[in-house]
Amino acid sequence: MLTKRIIPCLDVREGRVVKGIQFGNIRDAGDPVQLAKLYDEQGADELVFLDISATNEGRKTMLEVVRQVAATLTIPFTVGGGIASIADMRAILRAGADKVSLNSAAVRNPELIREGARYFGSQCMVVAIDAKYKRASNSWNVYTHGGREESEWNVIDWAQHVQRLGAGELLLTSMDQDGEKSGFDLPLLEAIQQKVYLPVIASGGAGRGEHFVQVFQRNLADAALAASIFHYKETSITNVKQMLKQSGVHVR
Amino acid sequence: MIGIIDYGMGNLFSVSKALQHMDIPHVVSASPSELQTCKGLLLPGVGAFPDAMKSLEASGMKDFLLHQVNQGVPLLGICLGMQLLFEESAEGKGAAGLALLPGRVVRFTGQDVLGNRYKVPHMGWNDLTFYQRNDVLTQSITGGYVYFVHSYYVETMDPSIVIASARYETEVPAIVGKGNVYGTQFHPEKSATTGMAILGNFCNFIMKKEECLYGTIHNLSSY
Repeated sequence: MLTKRIIPCLDVREGRVVKGIQFGNIRDAGDPVQLAKLYDEQGADELVFLDISATNEGRKTMLEVVRQVAATLTIPFTVGGGIASIADMRAILRAGADKVSLNSAAVRNPELIREGARYFGSQCMVVAIDAKYKRASNSWNVYTHGGREESEWNVIDWAQHVQRLGAGELLLTSMDQDGEKSGFDLPLLEAIQQKVYLPVIASGGAGRGEHFVQVFQRNLADAALAASIFHYKETSITNVKQMLKQSGVHVR
Repeated sequence: MIGIIDYGMGNLFSVSKALQHMDIPHVVSASPSELQTCKGLLLPGVGAFPDAMKSLEASGMKDFLLHQVNQGVPLLGICLGMQLLFEESAEGKGAAGLALLPGRVVRFTGQDVLGNRYKVPHMGWNDLTFYQRNDVLTQSITGGYVYFVHSYYVETMDPSIVIASARYETEVPAIVGKGNVYGTQFHPEKSATTGMAILGNFCNFIMKKEECLYGTIHNLSSY
């Protein structure tokens, strides 16, 4: 039986993991390769790296990070952040990433998804969607540029559109829940789950192990992503998986 | 020496790294003449079946593979590489495969028998049901999860070639093989300990066949 996946996310800037990370047993907490290895050993099912470098130099460094991570990991990993062309995708995939994640560039030029799927296969095309609730329309809108710009797309319409274009997976982040630590955005996930037939990674809002149980017991996502609760050791992947098992959710 | 076939379809890096971890001598090459002396061959691949076959044909790799297999050289196809071992695929406008194993490649319908929709691709960690426990690839493997990501799967009328399968709405052949031709639908190079053990088994099989000791696969335990 297909299991539910737990995915830690690492934000990388100029080759270093940002956000303070509290792992007692690694000396250089900002090293993405060491952290990736640690999460792999703890039972992470996949990893996501988000390159938030502001400079071209930083992006080049990211390729080197990807190479080193690929040499270390025995699980799949996705790289996102600033990917805007087929050439960008090729560089990341050739460096050893298994999937690329598109966000703003896909909204600006949706054909990029179709082209990427044709060249590299749908299985490696993740579309990241930053969603924010809009009371006036009682629905969610797609935001780009790290949540700073509102697009014209409604989240459900956009998700269906990228499915048609050949996306292989959605990374759905709730901007409303992000950082709140009060649980994943269940209404948003439910709305997507009813309309889209792609694997969905829930993101934004994880604060405790119970939040993973909530989202998976109701089968509202195929995977769940979290950053700070793992980085800050508020819980561990092992603990979350233990809790899921006890709740009857299939995990690896 | 094990040859990893580079035909422009996918992530050879991780397969190569996995072998490197296990200290297994290997070469990545797009040239049949360079792969001529390899005692075993790995055919990885992600992407579309028809493109992959075109590429294998254009480079002369198809004829080379058929010849080597005929000579008894062990071959392992991974993911799309496994699908290419079969007779034909329905992907795109359809295409003929290497026809080393009986069966055809079809798309998940995305709809179960009751008409309920399910998700395609089949993506994530799934467990295996073993039909042949002591086969070349499954020796010492008692269970565990492996990583799948695919929208097409193999249908075969010959159950004897299905060594293990996974369940995703339908029965999905996960490890197949006959004689010196093997395939895994999942990615062993991305499947942590279990995947490494399966790759290790294939390499051991080649080494035994070669009757030559390359040194032991001592790094396996580090996974």
